[in-house]
Amino acid sequence: MHKLSIAELAAGLREKRFSSRELTQAYLKRIDSFDGAINSYVTVTAERALKQADAADARIAAGDAGLLTGIPLGQKDIFCTTGVRTACGSQMLDKFIAPYDATIVEKLDAAGMVMLGKLNMDEFAMGSSNETSFYGPVSNPWDKTRVPGGSSGGSVAAVAAGLCPVATATDTGGSIRQPAALTNLTGIKPTYGRVSRYGMIAFASSLDQAGVVARSAEDAAQVLQAMSGFDAKDSTSVERPVDDLVSGLGQSIKGLTIGLPKEYFADGMAPGVRARVEEAIATLTRLGVNFREISLPNSPLSVPTYYVVAPAEASSNLARFDGVRYGHRAEGAKSLEELYKRSRGEGFGAEVQRRIMIGTYVLSHGYYDAYYLQAQKVRRLIYDDFKRAFADGIDLILGPTATDVAFKFGQNSDDPVAMYLNDIYTIAANLAGIPAMSLPCGFVDGLPTGFQLMGNFFSEARMLNVAHQYQQATDFHTQWPTEYAS
Amino acid sequence: MSLSPEQVRQVAHLARLQLNPEQVEPYARQLTDILGMVDRLSAADTAGVSPMAHPLDMVQRLRPDVISEADRRDDYQAIAPETQDGLYLVPKVIE
Amino acid sequence: MSRIPEGWEAVIGLEVHCQLSTQSKIFSGSAIAYGAEPNTQASPIDLGMPGMLPVLNVDAVKKAVTFGLSVGAKIAPRSVFARKHYFYPDLPKGYQISQYELPIVFEGHLDIELEDGASKRIGITRAHLEEDAGKSVHEGFQKSSGIDLNRAGTPLIEIVSEPDIRTAAEAVAYLKKLHQIVVYLGICDGNMQEGSFRCDANVSVRKVGAPKFGTRTETKNVNSFRYVEKAIEYEIERQIEVIEAGGTIRQETRLFNPDTGETRAMRSKEDANDYRYFPDPDLLPVVCTPEYIDAIRGSLPELPDAKRARFEKDFGLSDYDAKTLTSSRELAAYYEAVVAASGAEAKLCANWVATDLLGALNKLSKDITESPISADALAGMLKRIADKTISGKLAKDVFEAMLNGEGSADDIIKAKGLVQITDESAIIAAIDDVIARNPQQVADYRSGKDKLFGFFVGQAMKATQGKANPDALNRLLKERLAG
Repeated sequence: MHKLSIAELAAGLREKRFSSRELTQAYLKRIDSFDGAINSYVTVTAERALKQADAADARIAAGDAGLLTGIPLGQKDIFCTTGVRTACGSQMLDKFIAPYDATIVEKLDAAGMVMLGKLNMDEFAMGSSNETSFYGPVSNPWDKTRVPGGSSGGSVAAVAAGLCPVATATDTGGSIRQPAALTNLTGIKPTYGRVSRYGMIAFASSLDQAGVVARSAEDAAQVLQAMSGFDAKDSTSVERPVDDLVSGLGQSIKGLTIGLPKEYFADGMAPGVRARVEEAIATLTRLGVNFREISLPNSPLSVPTYYVVAPAEASSNLARFDGVRYGHRAEGAKSLEELYKRSRGEGFGAEVQRRIMIGTYVLSHGYYDAYYLQAQKVRRLIYDDFKRAFADGIDLILGPTATDVAFKFGQNSDDPVAMYLNDIYTIAANLAGIPAMSLPCGFVDGLPTGFQLMGNFFSEARMLNVAHQYQQATDFHTQWPTEYAS
Repeated sequence: MSLSPEQVRQVAHLARLQLNPEQVEPYARQLTDILGMVDRLSAADTAGVSPMAHPLDMVQRLRPDVISEADRRDDYQAIAPETQDGLYLVPKVIE
Repeated sequence: MSRIPEGWEAVIGLEVHCQLSTQSKIFSGSAIAYGAEPNTQASPIDLGMPGMLPVLNVDAVKKAVTFGLSVGAKIAPRSVFARKHYFYPDLPKGYQISQYELPIVFEGHLDIELEDGASKRIGITRAHLEEDAGKSVHEGFQKSSGIDLNRAGTPLIEIVSEPDIRTAAEAVAYLKKLHQIVVYLGICDGNMQEGSFRCDANVSVRKVGAPKFGTRTETKNVNSFRYVEKAIEYEIERQIEVIEAGGTIRQETRLFNPDTGETRAMRSKEDANDYRYFPDPDLLPVVCTPEYIDAIRGSLPELPDAKRARFEKDFGLSDYDAKTLTSSRELAAYYEAVVAASGAEAKLCANWVATDLLGALNKLSKDITESPISADALAGMLKRIADKTISGKLAKDVFEAMLNGEGSADDIIKAKGLVQITDESAIIAAIDDVIARNPQQVADYRSGKDKLFGFFVGQAMKATQGKANPDALNRLLKERLAG
C-alpha cells in the first residue's frame, strides 16, 4: 500500500478497498518498524491521525470527500500545529506547543489529509544535511551512512522510505530541492508568496517558501494545489487565484524552449551527476523540447549574496527567542542579560549561532553598506538575469540541483563554507522569488540524483507539466531503496 | 575580512549569545571563512543598481481596523516559562 | 524660570510619541483599551510568537497621513517599515517595527507663539509609524519584574522636530501646540497620564556662536508639560555646569525623576546601541497615492490657527478670546453652537462662554464636554438678554441656577420672577419714590454733584429688586432728576 500514488490511494479509499483508518494504521506501523534507523519523525501523532482518519472515512462515506481526503502526510516540524509540539529542530523550542495552526496546516486539515506526525529538519531550517537538528541526524534511506540533504531531511527521508506518501517542506535556499535530489524524490518550491507563511517558523522571511516533496510530479501537484492560495494573515501572500496545477499535466510539451545556463554547467558538478542531467536533457529533447544555451552571469554570486541576506534576516527573526514568553529558558539567571545570553547560548546549536553572528555582523554599524546593502543590489542583478532570460523567449530553465550525490555524515560538518556550496544551484531561485523544482534523473553508483527546473513567476503548472511528461517517459522516480521497497 | 576572537565576543554580546570560551576560537575561524566567501560581493559592479529587499513587486495590503482577537491569555501563558498574576516574569529590570 | 547663563545657548529637539486612537493594534487585531488586565490584549502576533506575521492597520496609516497634512509636511508616496533591534523584555520580537530611511511623513513645521507674542517656526523633520512596546511592572516583586504586553503593538507616530528649539519654554509651547493639533484631528486622545502623548527631549548646550552642536543627551518619557520644562531646564543647567567645570558631556539616555526634578543616566541603556535597522521583510512598501492623500486633505478638520483667525474675523473677537475659544475643538464647537442658536451678539456669547462658563467649569474641574449647561441652554439664556427680558446682572443669577440644574433659562426666569421691568410707568414710580425720600441728595445732585447719579441708580434698582431695565432706568432717572 505504501507504494501507491496519491491518485491510487484516493481511488482505493473511494472504492472502499481500504479505509483511511487502515491506511493510517499501515503507515503508523511502518514508522514504528523503520523510523528508528532513519529518525525522520520527531513527533508521531498517532492519536490525532486516527481521529482525522475516522473523520475522513465519515466524509468519504457521506460522499463529501475531495481527492486528498483520508490521505496521510507528514508535516515538516517548522509548521505550527495546535496542541502538538513544534520544535523546528531546536532545543529552543523543545517544549513549544503552539496555540495556533499554520495556514497550510489548516488548509491540509480542511482538505481531509491525515497528519501522521512532525518531521525532522535542520535546526531552524539552517543546514544542507539535517545534521544540525537537536533531534539528531536523519539517515538517507538509500544509504544510511549518508545524509538525506537538508534542511527538509526528515520530509524526504520519510517519503523515500515510505513512511508517508507525501510531506510538506520549506525551501529558503534549496531545502526542498537539494534533499529531494539526494533521495530520488520530486520536490517543488513555488513562487514566493504563493503559499502562506503564516504559522511557518521564519528563517529568512524574504526567501522562505513552503512546498512539497513527493514521489511524483503528479502527487506534488495535487498537494501543492491544496496548500496554495492567498492568505490575508500574510502581508507577502499574493492576491491572485491559484492556477489549476493538476488538469494540465497531460499536455504535450512539444515546442517548449528550455534554457541551459552555461554557468550551471561549468566546473563544479560531479561527472556522474553531469551525465545524468545530460541524459535528462536528451530525454526531454526526444519529447520535443527545444534547448538553448543562456547566460545568468551573476549566478556565481548567489551563494555570497544568500549568506548575507539569509543570516541577516535570520539574526532578526531569531531575536524573539529570549526565554521570556515561551521556549527554552536558562535556569537561575540572576540578571536580564544573563537570562538572554544563557537561554540563547543553550537553546541554539552551533550552526544557528554562526548564522546569527554573521547576520548580526553584516547588519551592524559600519558594515551594513558593504555587506547587506551590496548583497541587496547583487540580488537585484541576479533577479534581472532571470527576467532577461524569460523575456527572451525562455519558458523554463534547466540545470543540476546538487553538485553531487548524498555525502557521508560528518563530511562537511567542520567546514561551513564547503557545506554552504551545496546550495550553489538552488539559491538563485529563492533570491529571485521564482518557482523551482527538482526531479529524479537516475543514479550514480546506486545513489539517486536529480535535475532542477526553474520557471518564471507563477509558472508552477508549466513546470509540473514538464516534470510529469518527463516522468511518463522515465522510471527513475519509481525506484525504491531496496530495504523499503516491500 | 577576518574576525578576531574579540570581535566574535562583541558580536555574540550584541546578539545575546553566551559562548563557551573554547567556542570562540573556532567561531572566529569559521566566521572569517564565511566572510571571506561573502567578500566576493565587493567585486560586483552595483553602481546605479537599486537594492532589492523583496522578490515581490507588490505594495503593502491594509487590514480593516477591527478587533479580531479575543483574550486567550491562559492559553498563551500555558507555554510560558514563568508567569505571575498574568505577567511574564524576568529577573529584575533596572532602568 | 531659570535663565540660560550669558554666553550659552541650548539646542533642543523633541521626539514625541503619539498613540493613534485606532480600535485595534497596528499589526494585529488586538484591542488597545487602556487599563485592561495584564496581557489580556496580547495576541500571538503581539507576543512575538514563532511564525506570526504583521498586517498593517488601514486606520493607522490614515491617521499618520492626517497628521502630516496638518503640519504642512510631505507624505511619502512610498514608505518602508524597518526593524530596529534591541533586547528588552517589553519588546517581544527583539525588534521594534518602525520606519527608518523612508518615513511616511517628512519635512513639516509648526509655528509656535513665544511669550512676547512673536511667532517662531519649528521644523518637523519627520513623523514615522511604529509599534509601541509593552510595559515592565516593578511593584510587588522582589527579584523579578513583570512584563505586560497589552501596550505592545499599539500604533504610534513618532514626531521628530528639528533642533530648532532654544529654551524650555519654547519646548513647552511646541508640545502644547502639537498636543492641541493631534487632539483636534482626533488621531490621539492626548492623555498624557496614560502615556498617549509622550516626549523625549534631546538637549545639548554650546557657547553662543559656536559652529557645531554640543554632545546631546536624550531624556526619556517625560509625561507632562511641566516635567518637560523642568527636565530640560535641569539638563541645560547640568550640562553647562559639567562643561564649565572642565568636564565633557556623554551622549547618553537619561531618565527624569519628577520627585527630585533631576535627570540621571539610564543603566539599561549603557550599551552603545547598534540597532541594526533593515527593511522588514514581512511587510511591503506602503504606498500613498495622490488621490488618497487628496481625499484625506479634503476631510481635514479646521485647525486651531485657522479657526482662531476666522473667529477674530467673523465674530469680531479679540485675539485673546479667539485663542481661548479655539483652544479645543469641542470648546470652539460649543461656542459656535451658542452663537448660532442664540442669535445674540457674538462678542456677548464669547464673554459668557470664555469667562462665566469656563470659570464655572474650572471650579467644578470639568471639561467643556461635561458642561452641566448645554450650548442650547446657554443660548436660551443669551436670547433673553438679547431681547431684554433680563439684564446682564439678572443673567448672572439665571446662570447660577442653570449650573445648579434648576432648568432652562425661561423656567428659571419665570419661577424666580426675574423678568426685567420694562414698563416705564413702573420704573418712573420707583424713581419718584427714591427722589421723594432723598431730598438732600437731589438738591446736591442738582447743584452739580454729578457723581451722585450712581447713588440714585443703585437706590432705584434696589427698589425694583434689580429688575429694572438698566437702559430705561438710566434714561428716565436722568429726566426726572433734571426736574
